[in-house]
Amino acid sequence: MDLYEHMGKDLFRAQGIATPDGRVCSTPEDAAGATAAFGGRSVVKVQVQAGGRGKGGGVVLVDSPERAAEEASRLLREGFAGHAVDRVLVEEQLPIAREFYTSILLDRGAGDHLALMTAEGGIDIEALAHERPEAIRRVHVDPLLGPRAYHLRTLTAVLPPDAREGATDVLRALFGLLRDRDATLVEVNPLVQLEDGRIVALDAKVTIDDNALGRQPDLAALREEFPIDPVEKRAKDAGLQYVKLDGSVGIIGNGAGLVMSTLDVVAQAGARAANFLDVGGGASAEVMATSLEVILSDPAVRCVFVNIFGGITRCDVVAEGVLEALGRIEATVPIVVRLDGTNAKEGRRIIAAAAHPRIVSVATMDEAAAEAARLAGAAA
Amino acid sequence: MSVLVGADTRLLVQGITGSEGTFHALRDRAYGTQVVAGVTPGKGGQDVQGIPVFDTVAEAVAATGANTSMIFVGPRFAAEAILEAADAGLGLVVCITEGIPVRDMAEVHAYLKGTRTTLVGPNCPGVISPGLANVGIIPGEVCAPGRVGFVSRSGTLVYQIVHELTTIGIGQSTCIGMGGDPVHGIGFRESLDLFEADPGTDLVILTGEIGGDDEERAAEHIRSAITKPVVAYIAGFEAPPGKRMGHAGAIVTGSRGTAAAKAEALEASGVQVARTPSQVARLVAERLGA
Repeated sequence: MDLYEHMGKDLFRAQGIATPDGRVCSTPEDAAGATAAFGGRSVVKVQVQAGGRGKGGGVVLVDSPERAAEEASRLLREGFAGHAVDRVLVEEQLPIAREFYTSILLDRGAGDHLALMTAEGGIDIEALAHERPEAIRRVHVDPLLGPRAYHLRTLTAVLPPDAREGATDVLRALFGLLRDRDATLVEVNPLVQLEDGRIVALDAKVTIDDNALGRQPDLAALREEFPIDPVEKRAKDAGLQYVKLDGSVGIIGNGAGLVMSTLDVVAQAGARAANFLDVGGGASAEVMATSLEVILSDPAVRCVFVNIFGGITRCDVVAEGVLEALGRIEATVPIVVRLDGTNAKEGRRIIAAAAHPRIVSVATMDEAAAEAARLAGAAA
Repeated sequence: MSVLVGADTRLLVQGITGSEGTFHALRDRAYGTQVVAGVTPGKGGQDVQGIPVFDTVAEAVAATGANTSMIFVGPRFAAEAILEAADAGLGLVVCITEGIPVRDMAEVHAYLKGTRTTLVGPNCPGVISPGLANVGIIPGEVCAPGRVGFVSRSGTLVYQIVHELTTIGIGQSTCIGMGGDPVHGIGFRESLDLFEADPGTDLVILTGEIGGDDEERAAEHIRSAITKPVVAYIAGFEAPPGKRMGHAGAIVTGSRGTAAAKAEALEASGVQVARTPSQVARLVAERLGA
């Protein structure tokens, strides 16, 4: 789960990292008021779960409450890069002497924590990594050991001497955030040194491990604050992995790999998927029924393709779920069902015995994709 | 021949008294796997259709000579279950559990470096050596004994592709579902090394998916260390580009993580990359001259 900047900064401050004084504003009037309180000058920062805000006009320096209201109004009205916007962060402007960059992430390749630090922040950091990788200091930290003094000395050695102590405190706090709050990424771009020498996090990108939200109840509660498509919300509440796409074939499959593969095969058959929906392992009849309801509630869907290869998921249960769903709601489009693997024979027998007029049972994935594409085309 | 699991596998099931644990322990036994013990704390002394249940892994190993563990323990306790199995000296631990916090797995990963335990998973379908042993949830009936090795991040893609291989008469030495979690045990490189050394394997299939850079690193490894032919499939060409916040991931891997980038990297190492799961079986058949 990617946090908004203001949420990340709340976590930063709780760990003792200094951030600019700021207010979360949901109206232009709030933004004007906050700017007045900061002496008539501020930074207006759009709050979205996306990067590229600086380059895209999502971070604006303003020199009056009126200008703050204008920018807030624009962002709240127009959104940012396709994201709906319901709040901006209005922050005080600070006298910045230098800009650095630091981040710590879970390195999936090494299975440990990797910390990065460079004295050249506030610029295109990916370009820097490409052109002059030696400018970025990288240190791997064993998650059982945690950060030791030498790790931090190695990282902060790339900074000017008078910034090292403050940056060391920031690094310790960021490691604490990974450990205590199950963050998988913390990134500060830029980390700044003010004219008076203090080190302040001007930005905060924090990603929390979804698998750990069960033991981070206050962070799990933040999920409610992010805008979500009503269909996606319904799917999420049912524990389904659902992503809306722009095609016309509704997809239900088990396992992310098979669902992604199904999207690819449907595309090769000449149609586009309307969604990604993974029912996961061991899907119950109830889960299958909810999945079908979710997909059929999307008006763009002209045909549904249920592609199940049973391992932990049992095809007989899937078949019952499909029929259960069709008992609860009326299907207005054809449903192509392909069942293979664990208990596939029973599953196919259940489907065949029901002889439902909307269900087309097809034996192979390629044939089923072709049939789904054909039916979607015929309905269009 | 096979790798990781085979005729000498003596399987212990952690979490055997849960519904999934029971179902798959019995299914694996019915397949022919020697399922010698189960472990559920507090249920020692019971049995699951003749499989004795112990309170701890150490007791189960001492009493039954188990050498492999399969884990169905829930995500809150699964990382500890892996550590317990490693401390009991088991050589292979296959963790099926989905949803383990990644911080827990990072700790497990660091701890296992100092042990002789090989981990497969978590969030994986397990390992099957057709005709010899099934340790996990791969449906055994879609597999057949043979000489093709298989390693995959996705579980259901293993079932799909193995099914197509078996249908055209191509059997498998061992199929490894390594799982899709960010921090996991055995990966493509270790699996490729096992198959390279296995006299019972002639060709290796590798299936990957978008995200991370395991496939790119496998491509590098194939170029330098693997002589047997490799056929690959990557899922996710049509997947929507993931939302990405920070830059750190791209700085670290230098990879775009897309299906196209992965396919290119593998092709540059001489790997044939299929465009559909069905095409995998056809490419393998051509390559083997079957």
